[in-house]
Amino acid sequence: MALNNGNGKPRRVVGKPFRKVDARAKCTGETRFADDITLPRQLYAKLLRAPVPHALIKSIDVSKAQKLKGVVAIITGKDMPIPYGILPVSQDEHALCIDRVRFVGDPVAAVAAIDEDTAFEAMNLIEVDYEPLEQIASIEEALRVSEPRIHEYGIEGNIHKKVSLEFGDVEEGFAEADLVREDVFFYEGNTHLPLEQHAALAHFDADEKLTLWSATQTPHYVHRALAKVLGIAASHIRVIATPNGGGFGGKSDPFNHEVVVSKLAMLTRRPVKVTLTREEVFYCHRGRHPVLMWIKTGVKRDGAITAMHFRSILDGGAYGSYGVASTFYTGALQTVTYNVPRYKFEGLRLFTNKPPCGPKRGHGTPQPRFALEAHLDKIAEQLGLDPVDIRRNHLAPAYSVTANYLRIGSMGLGQCIDKLVEASGWKEKFGKLPYGRGVGFACSSYICGAGLPIYWNSMPHSGVQLRLDRQGGVCVQCGSIDIGQGSDSILAYIVAEVLGIDPFDIRVITADTDLTPVDLGSYSSRVTLMTGNAALQAAERARELLTIAASEKLGAPIENISFAERRVFDVENPETGVSFAEAVVLAESKFGTIGTVGSYTPPRSPGRFKGAGVGPSPAYSYSAAVAEVDVDAETGIVIVDRIWIAHDIGQSINPTLVMGQVEGGVYMGLGEALMEEMAYRGNRNVVHKFPSMLEYKSPTTLEMCDVKTILVEDPDPNGPFGAKEVGQGPLLPVPPAVVNAIYDAVGIRIDEVPATPEKVLAALKSKAQGKEGRYGPLGVPAVDWPEPSRVPTPAEGGDGKEIPPLAAHVKD
Amino acid sequence: MMRLPRFDYRVARKVRDAVKIMADNGPDAMFVAGGTDLYPNMKRRQVTPKTVISVARIKELNEVRGDGATGMIIGASVSLSQICEHPVINRDYPVVAAAARTISTPILRNMGTIGGNLLLDTRCNYYDQNYEWRRAINFCMKKDGEICWVAPSSPKCWAVQSSDLAPVMVALGARFKLVSTLGDRVVDAEGIYNNDGIDYLKKRADELLTEIHLPPAGSARAIYKKLRRRGSFDFPVLGVAASLDLADDGSIKNARLILGGVAPSPVRVNDAEQSLIGNSLDDDHIREAAEACYLRARPLDNTDFVMGWRKQMARPFVIRALEELRAE
Amino acid sequence: MAGRKNQKVQIQFILNGEQAEVAFAPHKTLLEVLREDLQLTGTKHGCELGECGVCTVLIDGQPILSCLALGLDAEGREVTTVEGMATAEGLHPLQETFADLGAAQCGYCTPGFLLTAKELLEKNPAPNRDEIKEALSGNLCRCTGYIKIYEAVELAAARMRGEQAEPARESIYGIE
Repeated sequence: MALNNGNGKPRRVVGKPFRKVDARAKCTGETRFADDITLPRQLYAKLLRAPVPHALIKSIDVSKAQKLKGVVAIITGKDMPIPYGILPVSQDEHALCIDRVRFVGDPVAAVAAIDEDTAFEAMNLIEVDYEPLEQIASIEEALRVSEPRIHEYGIEGNIHKKVSLEFGDVEEGFAEADLVREDVFFYEGNTHLPLEQHAALAHFDADEKLTLWSATQTPHYVHRALAKVLGIAASHIRVIATPNGGGFGGKSDPFNHEVVVSKLAMLTRRPVKVTLTREEVFYCHRGRHPVLMWIKTGVKRDGAITAMHFRSILDGGAYGSYGVASTFYTGALQTVTYNVPRYKFEGLRLFTNKPPCGPKRGHGTPQPRFALEAHLDKIAEQLGLDPVDIRRNHLAPAYSVTANYLRIGSMGLGQCIDKLVEASGWKEKFGKLPYGRGVGFACSSYICGAGLPIYWNSMPHSGVQLRLDRQGGVCVQCGSIDIGQGSDSILAYIVAEVLGIDPFDIRVITADTDLTPVDLGSYSSRVTLMTGNAALQAAERARELLTIAASEKLGAPIENISFAERRVFDVENPETGVSFAEAVVLAESKFGTIGTVGSYTPPRSPGRFKGAGVGPSPAYSYSAAVAEVDVDAETGIVIVDRIWIAHDIGQSINPTLVMGQVEGGVYMGLGEALMEEMAYRGNRNVVHKFPSMLEYKSPTTLEMCDVKTILVEDPDPNGPFGAKEVGQGPLLPVPPAVVNAIYDAVGIRIDEVPATPEKVLAALKSKAQGKEGRYGPLGVPAVDWPEPSRVPTPAEGGDGKEIPPLAAHVKD
Repeated sequence: MMRLPRFDYRVARKVRDAVKIMADNGPDAMFVAGGTDLYPNMKRRQVTPKTVISVARIKELNEVRGDGATGMIIGASVSLSQICEHPVINRDYPVVAAAARTISTPILRNMGTIGGNLLLDTRCNYYDQNYEWRRAINFCMKKDGEICWVAPSSPKCWAVQSSDLAPVMVALGARFKLVSTLGDRVVDAEGIYNNDGIDYLKKRADELLTEIHLPPAGSARAIYKKLRRRGSFDFPVLGVAASLDLADDGSIKNARLILGGVAPSPVRVNDAEQSLIGNSLDDDHIREAAEACYLRARPLDNTDFVMGWRKQMARPFVIRALEELRAE
Repeated sequence: MAGRKNQKVQIQFILNGEQAEVAFAPHKTLLEVLREDLQLTGTKHGCELGECGVCTVLIDGQPILSCLALGLDAEGREVTTVEGMATAEGLHPLQETFADLGAAQCGYCTPGFLLTAKELLEKNPAPNRDEIKEALSGNLCRCTGYIKIYEAVELAAARMRGEQAEPARESIYGIE
């Protein structure tokens, strides 16, 4: 298999546990996060937020606030009337609400003052008159209440998006099945909770150019949103993404406060900073959608799936955000783990008066993965099969195209499962541990970057610029932003590998729209694969120039020139060579200043139907996990003792960083499985029940389980050196593995996460009373699903296009 | 960033200075020791004292004297970490050190004091919120509003007693020394707590808690069990403090059973105590005591976890507490 | 040391081993004084309410939360922030192992963890895994799942005891 592997030479950097290039700065306090930057004459901004969930704004009186000493400027929605939003189809946000507020926390006015105390005081002097509208607090209410509409766009009423896709004839598949099973699941919403609160600092300089420093995962999209809303040329705006103190998807949208400080800086001609409080971070949200799911699967006696029908209903919150993509994601990746020959997906996203949901680690896929893996556990039991075997025996084949037109590349799930079963002692434990202890198993897969950009264009998704100077200095520039995952380091490792130098010889400049070529951002697990390929291309181009120059100087044939240990030399006479710096001088003498670029565009996906844009990826990572739990049957308290997880990384660029992502993903999955939830008081103005670090429960050292990690390397031809993603995938199998383990421990099904003790105890009581030992939703509301777009599968000879509806009107 | 409102900060070096400053400044002044309860409340504008009087550096409030034979006197400004680590407390009153070790986090225990924990403001997730959040529910009875959202028809506030040490002190029969410019008094721990989320202490605001008096340890054994979501950070949503004194024949001479975290004050469950006294600590009597505690536990929907489950937990937590005491 | 409401107050204390003097509004917390009046932005903040551990600093060697301590309370005391951990000789062993093992991902909680761990190792040079978990249970991390943090503390502890310790193979490559 042809791999992007830097000529197959022995590797000196890739696959080795180098320190991150920014690790020491992060351990000494040198790293400058957004709130650590201060400029002379800086003002502080505060946003006044709505105390009502749904209302018309009748009037805003800023006169008292304006009179307060130290207040420099106050703005309201009418100062920034142009809407924006991350997706072109959901341009539904305003920097400050103009005529309507849609959730408690929606901002309506902003103050810039000489210090934060004054801004805070002034904010509370602003008087807003609201006319309340009926509030919509849940999936059920959003389906029932069609007026008032939270937004004027969407399908109808408070339905934002409805999709229906059918690949092959699922009814035919169900008819062939030996067993058809239906289940209903609910996955509660939860949030990213990055430890760094969002912060931004704007500066409008004497030349009327705007610079924004912001804790954002997507500087390029923020750049576009600012240009649109502020009405100034994009070329006069510079967005610098500061290192993110945790992202997890929560800093991927353009946010109100980023636009507000920019506008205030333009108005006051002074730098303006905003740092959100923790409560405001909860209002920014964009976290995991609460999803109600129904799944129906037909299987043969040996567990082979004949057809699957999946429905999801998403509680989207008050704005679109990434929600249309999230909706498609809840239906996309069911097919890439096990062979699903016929597949139907129906999805629905609703608007409610709560902070908007969006992408959180695993974007739209942990919910259906939870449902699918818990569902398969039940099917396995019904068929008398081991939960491992039902999966292992029916894996989707490597290098194949799924029924819904996702092109699978390398597929190491089988290896993952085999190693995991061995390491965890699955066969000795499953069904054999004493009452109260149990093991559970689950698998998953995730994309390595979205195959399509957020806004339609045919340009690269990632660009890298490399500059070599005559002192031997190497500078790599890329628009990617390090959110802690190590993306800056990945650039250095790859360039170092190709040029035979040390990663710490390289200066990495990232996430500055003035200095770095566009990269779309740190989301969808795209960075290692896409920036890695771009960096590889740029580095190979630079190496070529140095090779030509060195070959001339050394009198050695070009194919003999090798790069290692900061030298460029003849492989046949390794002592014949020059230092790397000398090689750069030779190349610069011959070619002029040495700069190269590289870029990456994902391969075109085979799907051609409407909706085919979500799910395709250059490669898919795979994970499998076993959870071992202890259930206290008197209290319902679940303790997860250990999780074994195997992850198919393709190829580790740096195993230490891969391990860190796996462990971090397990941690976040554990929090979602056991305790994390975004809870609201529907009867009290839909306030967030507890927007605080104390009451939003995230696991401490004392709840975190032991983790045993197995790295499986099944290189993918599309990944740099074969690398695939690890940032998101390992979260996915954790919640289902935990509930499956609870079943093994005490024989009850928890079909809803988080699996909190009161749910476990309720199911145990129900079982003791001779009823079903289960806790979970009883059904899904009736929805008027549209006729599906029908797409013949590849196995049926389909070409990726949908069949034109029979009754379609002839267009003129 | 959440910031403190402006206030005058006064650091007292002697108890008499502290109470004098308090008397001079009247109802707008508050004492502070560790600050881990007061400062978050001030940042959220739940309280906005004009004057804050620090008692952290008063030497006499930082002393620990005595032992299990004589009884102990613990200064109110002694940090919770010191309580956790104090050799005599660990030897003679292990339940005090054990309960202290369950409070918040190791770092917060370096700051928080025993006095501060015992006088902890009652907590409620309609109350422990920012000013802006509370405005969105039109405030509550405990601060700036009219109604108790936990029990809207109730005339009183149902904020929850959330100290881990309070039920333990009641179980041990500890006494507290209160000092003001009007004089000193020593009160029973049980007598200082009031079952009202607003007026949760039978103590005047100008009185400074200076000392905690532990009676001689005698032959009683005691235990504290805490229910919370996480092993760190979290306040109790149910605390069970039990103290038993067994006769030579194994019968129970004296019993105290106190529930924390389920009402505005620690709840002493007399029925449970009566079901134990004079009897042996067998499974039946343990279950009877647990049932009595279950009936008295009436948690409401204002802390972590659903209230029905919290109530149910009274049974297993009391059973486990008593079984552990039996095993000692 | 009485602070008037709107006037700045001035204190003297030992900051990272050096005599320091700073003037600030009396209602400011130590966190705000360090970050805003002394430009020591290595100390981070995540909630300002004592609920996350991010702003941990050492006062007289003890970890405390700088968001809940007044600047005024630092008067005459010894304050250590993350900026005071490294010396001219190099990084503190904990800084070294946190960096090498990937215990700092986004790095935002890292200063707090480093200072809490520093005090732990001064008190207990050979903590076991449970003691480390307990000592660090007041610091939240959302990136690492804490595991690389434990391993970094254990490795630093071994090195501080004079052992020639290297990271375990399992912590870098996983189990076979």
